Amino acid sequence: MNLAITLATAGRILAQLRHDRRTLALLVGVPSVLMILLRYVIDDPAAFNRLGPTLLGIFPFVVMFMVTSITTQRERATGTLERLMAGPLGKFDLLLGYAIAFGVVAAAQVTVVLALSLTWLGLDLAGSVWTLVLVAVLDSLLGMALGLFFSAFARTEFQAVQFMPAVVLPQSLLCGLIVPRDTMATWLEWLSDVMPLSYAVEAMQETARTGDFTGVLTRDVLVVGGCTVLSLVLGAATLRRRTP
Amino acid sequence: MMNLSGPAIAVRDLRVSRGGTEVLHGLTFEVPRGQVTGLLGPSGCGKTTLIRAIVGVQIVASGEVTVLGEPAGSPALRRKIGYSTQSAAIYRDLTVLENLRYFAAVLGAAKGDAERVIEEVGLTGARKQLGGALSGGQLSRASLAVALLGSPELLVLDEPTVGLDPVLRQDLWRLFQSLAERGVTLIVSSHVMDEAARCHRLIMLRDGEILADDSPEGLREHAGTTDLEEAFLRLIEEKAERVR
Repeated sequence: MNLAITLATAGRILAQLRHDRRTLALLVGVPSVLMILLRYVIDDPAAFNRLGPTLLGIFPFVVMFMVTSITTQRERATGTLERLMAGPLGKFDLLLGYAIAFGVVAAAQVTVVLALSLTWLGLDLAGSVWTLVLVAVLDSLLGMALGLFFSAFARTEFQAVQFMPAVVLPQSLLCGLIVPRDTMATWLEWLSDVMPLSYAVEAMQETARTGDFTGVLTRDVLVVGGCTVLSLVLGAATLRRRTP
Repeated sequence: MMNLSGPAIAVRDLRVSRGGTEVLHGLTFEVPRGQVTGLLGPSGCGKTTLIRAIVGVQIVASGEVTVLGEPAGSPALRRKIGYSTQSAAIYRDLTVLENLRYFAAVLGAAKGDAERVIEEVGLTGARKQLGGALSGGQLSRASLAVALLGSPELLVLDEPTVGLDPVLRQDLWRLFQSLAERGVTLIVSSHVMDEAARCHRLIMLRDGEILADDSPEGLREHAGTTDLEEAFLRLIEEKAERVR
């Protein structure tokens, strides 16, 4: 671990994004537009209050999963990863660099969507805005960590994109967005119980529902944080200094 | 302190398999310090695999590779080796200067080192350009510049002069020679025979075996010709006859 290298890496990734204005605009703009669409498609403040926070948990997760898996795949393909692995950079320097950079982007993304939701769209939030931002950033870090891990199994960018529906859609279906989790068939509920996005979404709903930092919320935050750390460790294991 | 005793690189009975087939069949050779050693041979002969084994990023089947007195790939070597891959390992969405500043930070190189190497490879005019906007020759020079960062004791360059005009090639070879005069060891792979004459020593590879390991003068003398390309062909014929 080397703090200077970690920060240089985070700075490098942010610089890459700064040059790619269109991606930056999509990262921040798309969740906002989707939220506006959702609000008017439902057109029922009570239902929007239930679904809105759920989506606030899903957006950063999905976006960061996709961005990270493709960026990492690109590092492998262009040889910059091999170059870094031949040098003094540690695996966790790279992973934490990614975590910091994308954490910053996720915070910006969530701030914009949240500001929009709380003002124009009239989302009713019982809990603290800061808890919501914290949970959303945690969700995005989870997406990032899973993206890093799965990118190791993609040989091309094309495959990396395919992992998005494969990993993200089942979790989105089962996380309680479409049907509350406790009304699902038992085996589906079990599946839902082992999927980290379920906890991410529950944490969001809990924050929206009550102002207290409840036991459920604490457990959810711990589960999401734990899964993020676990995926980062697994992701580090897929970064090899020597390759065939 | 530079340890000047012993060869820069000692390879003993190196065997490497890629995709189930053996591509290096038990190579044994040494590379002296402070010289430019050319690694020559047709495309597909195993040059890049050998280079990767020396840098320590290639999984090897058997044999020993010792670099600057340490086993290839050991952590102590990661700051001592400058490595430039065949395809330019450069971030396309960063400028030349941003790329070099990042790699300099990873290496812990002095501030201003990025500007120094940009000048050495003649990219000062393009330093604010994005990697993706560079021509092929500029890209490979930017990638070469990364290898020159810090003060590596060993430079391993995989086809650094592909696609460059004769003037630039001449400049780069002058740079390589001046580095060798300062005590840096260089290994430069090439499939262009006219570059061979500029090396102190030549290792000729064909089908994963060493065909010759000699100085350019020695090779010419052995083959009884002044032309290195001709000498290479005679060596191949000689070997074919021996097999028969």
